[in-house]
Amino acid sequence: MTARAASGLPAAPQVVEEALAASRATASVVIVEEVSDANVRFANNTTTTNGVRRDRRVAVVSFADSPSGMRAGVAAASAPSDVAGLVAASESAAADSEPAADASPLEPAGSDPAFEAPPETTDLGVFAALLDDLGPAFAAARAEQRVLAGFATHEMRTTYLGSSAGGRLRHVQPTGALELVARTADGSASSWAGIGTPDFAEVSLAALDEELQRRLGWAERRLELGPGRYEVILPPDAVADLMLELDFAASGREAEDGGTVYSAGPGRTRVGERLTKLPFAMWSDPAAAGLECAPFVVAASSSVDTSVFDNGLPIGAVHWMKDGALSRLRYHRAGARRSAVTFQPAADNLLLTLPGAAGSLDELVAHTGRGLLLTCLWYIREVDRSTLLLTGLTRDGVYLVEGGEVVGAVNNFRFNESPLDALGRTIEASRTDRALSREWHEWANRTAMPGLRIAEFNMSSVSPAS
Amino acid sequence: MPGLEEGFAALPFAALRSAALERAAALGCRHADLRIEKIRTQSVVLRDARLEGAVDDVTVGMGVRVVRHGAIGFAGSVEINLDAAAGLVAAAVEAAKVTARAGGEAVELADEPDHGTVAWTAPYRIDPTEVPLGEKIALLGDWSADLLGARGVDHVTASLLGVAEDKYFANLEGTVATQRRVRLQPSLEALAVDEDSSSFETMRTLAPPVGRGYEYLDGEGWDFPAEIAMISELLAEKLRAPSVEPGRYDLVIDPTNLWLTIHESVGHATELDRALGYEAAYAGTSFATIDQLGRLRYGSELMNVTGDRTVPYGLASVGYDDEGVAAQQFDLVSGGVLVGYQLDRRAAALAGITRSNGCAFADSPLNIAVQRMANVSLRPAAGPGPTTAELIESVERGIYVVGDKSWSIDMQRYNFQFSGQRFFFIDHGRIAGQLRDVAYQATTTDFWGALARLGGESTYLLGGACNCGKGQPGQVAPVSHGTPSALFAQIRVLNTRKESGR
Repeated sequence: MTARAASGLPAAPQVVEEALAASRATASVVIVEEVSDANVRFANNTTTTNGVRRDRRVAVVSFADSPSGMRAGVAAASAPSDVAGLVAASESAAADSEPAADASPLEPAGSDPAFEAPPETTDLGVFAALLDDLGPAFAAARAEQRVLAGFATHEMRTTYLGSSAGGRLRHVQPTGALELVARTADGSASSWAGIGTPDFAEVSLAALDEELQRRLGWAERRLELGPGRYEVILPPDAVADLMLELDFAASGREAEDGGTVYSAGPGRTRVGERLTKLPFAMWSDPAAAGLECAPFVVAASSSVDTSVFDNGLPIGAVHWMKDGALSRLRYHRAGARRSAVTFQPAADNLLLTLPGAAGSLDELVAHTGRGLLLTCLWYIREVDRSTLLLTGLTRDGVYLVEGGEVVGAVNNFRFNESPLDALGRTIEASRTDRALSREWHEWANRTAMPGLRIAEFNMSSVSPAS
Repeated sequence: MPGLEEGFAALPFAALRSAALERAAALGCRHADLRIEKIRTQSVVLRDARLEGAVDDVTVGMGVRVVRHGAIGFAGSVEINLDAAAGLVAAAVEAAKVTARAGGEAVELADEPDHGTVAWTAPYRIDPTEVPLGEKIALLGDWSADLLGARGVDHVTASLLGVAEDKYFANLEGTVATQRRVRLQPSLEALAVDEDSSSFETMRTLAPPVGRGYEYLDGEGWDFPAEIAMISELLAEKLRAPSVEPGRYDLVIDPTNLWLTIHESVGHATELDRALGYEAAYAGTSFATIDQLGRLRYGSELMNVTGDRTVPYGLASVGYDDEGVAAQQFDLVSGGVLVGYQLDRRAAALAGITRSNGCAFADSPLNIAVQRMANVSLRPAAGPGPTTAELIESVERGIYVVGDKSWSIDMQRYNFQFSGQRFFFIDHGRIAGQLRDVAYQATTTDFWGALARLGGESTYLLGGACNCGKGQPGQVAPVSHGTPSALFAQIRVLNTRKESGR
């Protein structure tokens, strides 16, 4: 439905071949990412900004052998008209560089028969049903003294990876999310709901709106509570906020250097140590249903546990935690050799499951004598790396549960809590469902989490925000 | 065109402008603007004095924003040619039409005059993105080796971010603005492990990111070798320091820490789009609602805060903003009272304010401009004013807080918690060693109400960040905050070990 000029850019596979052909380096890798996305924002019961974007990023990694070791250089640009110039820039970066600490032989990756296929695209048409429903939703909200705000985004990212070692890989990554916030017109209460999805076929604005109205209904009775340690029920979205922090911190090298929650003293990690009483499993799997992500390494730059030398290597399913014990940390190949452990690349999804947990979030509420049901967390930041103590706030709805039922809404809190400690103090988990981390979904959209009932969650102070 | 990078300056701007804006006018757009940008970003990271990763990245693209059918439409692409320009206008008009269907308010933008054809260049000497990679690796490597060689330092990470931004902007009013600016963010962090207790501490350099060229690393605006030479000893002292007793303390807050508290508790709270509810789904709203303008007691009478997009070396300094509004200085808090907001043209029109004060910014040609932060700064004491040492001398029992670390604030900018790089116990006006595990927590108006004394001009520093986040899709903006040292009475201090239940 959106008018779009026909692209005058050369096809991505052609750019890959042209760059590889232009290379004079010992070896090279070319990554082309074609991004098509559309988004719509709304607030105060009206649409606000939007965007339809077309991006192409080309990264060339050149590897240059030298007597002192292999050097790597990266040059990246959006839609470069001069591909040979970009290749030359990466070669000069390699020459200007020093021997790479993460050097490993470039492995031949497989060849995807779909490599030549054009990129997938999206546009505002994906939101047709949503936009049809928004007008009536705004009208109803106005009539009922509610104010809606939110965001819908959909992106199709097609990655082409070619290497001088022979690999030709392609991956199509759809990423989408819808977030909705409802506030009472007087600003005294608010609630949030979000959903992550590869497409908008199953997304229902009405269903999210209905859940928000139920929660605003709970807020008709308001209570004030002070700081303290409370039993809390975290919905899957809030659990995703916390578990992603455990994932972000899971660098093997940083744990060995000392200073992370996974460190066991200089040069040692806590791999093998039982971390939680309940037998949680935390895992990633590029083939996880509904959360599919790239099954091979795409690295346009090296970092502490990601290496440009590992481009194209397969990513399989991995358990980071199993039976409540830490089982794996992230390493690139060179790091894994250095530490005599298994090469473990990151994957772009994260799941947490408790074997046998099959109940719903409502059942966690029903089992709670007195506790707080949260909606989502916000502004989460690391306070102490060694314990992974995080601070942050509850946002858009905290509800008091008494005798298994929600009895009203309470004020917001600032928490100071380590997600690992919180997992250790978990009393009960629900089944695992698709979850959307409000804080991190722009970087980590694909998560599935249980709801958790946690004892003695540290609410450090009250926030007057509503 | 003076200042612009050569390859960028060679783009056919006049033809692209005609292709986009004439098309937009023909399609009945009430407003339209075209933004073409080239953003070169270089980053280098070293771990233990060895190169970990380096990237040289260039984004070139263009974006078109229109107001049509009473709604905003935006489209952006990395493809730059006349057909693409016309295509973006059509896509933006279509986006406006589609979203207008949902109904709601008709979009108005506050008027801004035609500034004609203008050019602006930030004050810098050496474009950091033109310095060879090898030179950067060597410099960071030397500094890392110095730090790593010092007693008690076990690991060192070093990073350098350099950015050069070239921009062409044209709107239907007639303004054609070209601009160039640069920024630089250097950082080194040392980690020390105490083998006996298996505990560890880190300490990072305090050097702020700045809108300066590579000369910043060569002594203009900061003395890096001197700072690096201090770190090992300070870190060793911190590792042995006692854990803080939680409670209320008088805090002398150094500019290297206070800039971030200003950013979070004043900068974001005085963004009018937030105060009006337009960020309710993401960044949040503000306690400083517009009905309280001119009345809200934000802090003590000592508190004077300005927004400024003109200050030299400021990360948010420009000649013209991304809606063609000329850069300005304006008051936000005067004598402790809320007197103004940061505006873009839409928010200004919504509030019945005649002109925007120029706070629109987009972090990429592919993103729509939204209201972003000006350099929001706290004015120092008049006259020579006290030094930081004099502020410390006036405190009986307190903590001197240096450097920023962890930060968090709620969705209406009331409740915040900050930690830092170093905390010195003040005992009867004297520094009595460092403390560990400190964080301070307060409500914005209580905190600023407790502002008891300002440092003078000699304590003033322009701090800042390159990673301020706002908007959906998320955008990051660079912004500076000038502040003196300042004394805050009886602020709640937490012990972060105890907070974790240990």
